[in-house]
Amino acid sequence: MGTFRLRLVSPMRLMYDGDVDMVIMRAKEGDIAFMSGHIPLTTALGYGIMKIIKGEETREASVFGGFVEANGKSVTVLSDMLEWPDEIDIKRAERARERAERAMQEAKDQVEYRRAELAFRRATVRIEVSTYPIIKGRLTESS
Amino acid sequence: MPSIRGIKLRIKSINSTQHITKAMNLVAASKLQRAKAKLSQNKAYYEETKRVMASIAAAGRNVRHPLMTPRREVKNNLLVVITSDRGLCGSYNVNVSREARKFMRTVGNVYNVISVGNKGKEFFRRRKKKVLETFTGISENPFYDDAAVIAGMALDLYRNGTVDCVYLAYTEFISTISYQPKIMRLLPLEAPETVSVSGMIYEPSEEAVLDALIPKYLETVMFGALLESAACQLGARMTGMDAATDNAGKMMDKLNLQYNRARQGAITQEITEIVSGANAL
Repeated sequence: MGTFRLRLVSPMRLMYDGDVDMVIMRAKEGDIAFMSGHIPLTTALGYGIMKIIKGEETREASVFGGFVEANGKSVTVLSDMLEWPDEIDIKRAERARERAERAMQEAKDQVEYRRAELAFRRATVRIEVSTYPIIKGRLTESS
Repeated sequence: MPSIRGIKLRIKSINSTQHITKAMNLVAASKLQRAKAKLSQNKAYYEETKRVMASIAAAGRNVRHPLMTPRREVKNNLLVVITSDRGLCGSYNVNVSREARKFMRTVGNVYNVISVGNKGKEFFRRRKKKVLETFTGISENPFYDDAAVIAGMALDLYRNGTVDCVYLAYTEFISTISYQPKIMRLLPLEAPETVSVSGMIYEPSEEAVLDALIPKYLETVMFGALLESAACQLGARMTGMDAATDNAGKMMDKLNLQYNRARQGAITQEITEIVSGANAL
């Protein structure tokens, strides 16, 4: 299998730009994996962990919403909430999870519950992502 | 002829004003560097989002999304205007506000205003427009979250039928000394032009992707406009304060000359008095 170019773009920076073997992420409709030669596809993303696989190396990131576009040659992920493991404040995420849990129990209506649930899912993803190894020199230039 | 004391006081006051304008010039210059960096960092995201948006619109010519369909009857309009919180930035605020007002006149209809920055609020309140909301403290250094809040508010107003059209007035950053006030329509959305990738699949459907993409696209456009305007504001402040510093310097030269003349005049007069006094003896 060949590699393809993956770009992770957020409003404040270009988070990743390089050739990879496979990328797996959580779309609105369930998990989706891209490999070289994937058909052109655009879909909205849900809340989840993204796994980037390049040779022996795997790196993870948290993604909350946004889009992915595969155009046959490259894959571009656009999201305003993208984080590497070392950018996550684990203590804050744990506090947020507790707070969200309480809010879910105390929610008075559907809207409140939904909001708390989203916060809970964000915190859960962050906590999980933060357990993955931190990989330095992450912005590898594509050859 | 003003008194020597009077001139001296004026020189002192202009001197301290010059200190202030000089400091403001330097502060604006360093903030401008940061704003420009942010602007270029956002470029990739902005361009990509625009491209995805455009390719969906091009692929799904038959897709009718409510946020992209103009309403039959347009009664109320919303104008989001981006200005600064404080003055002393040359004609920056006046330019964008005037452009917005000119635009309001040509299109007609009732206008509601959301103002980013105090100056826009003051301008439109004086002209009896309804200012729904003012966002302060973000115009110099906007964050994406700020843009999301403003875009969300405009989208809500559009969705619940309070307004039928949303426009955005901002200032485009061309270079450090060149800016252009611009008006663009946010809603109903005009899809940017592009060539589409043939055979692109939208999962689960074009409509569903658009549902999620349009709010993001609006946020992105808003963020881009906020960043452009921030750079313009700082640029205008920098050049404005530079000119003010120059003018203060010129004024001080003039006053110094006056002061020296007055002093010399006083001495000459004193000598004349002494001499004439001695002659009289």
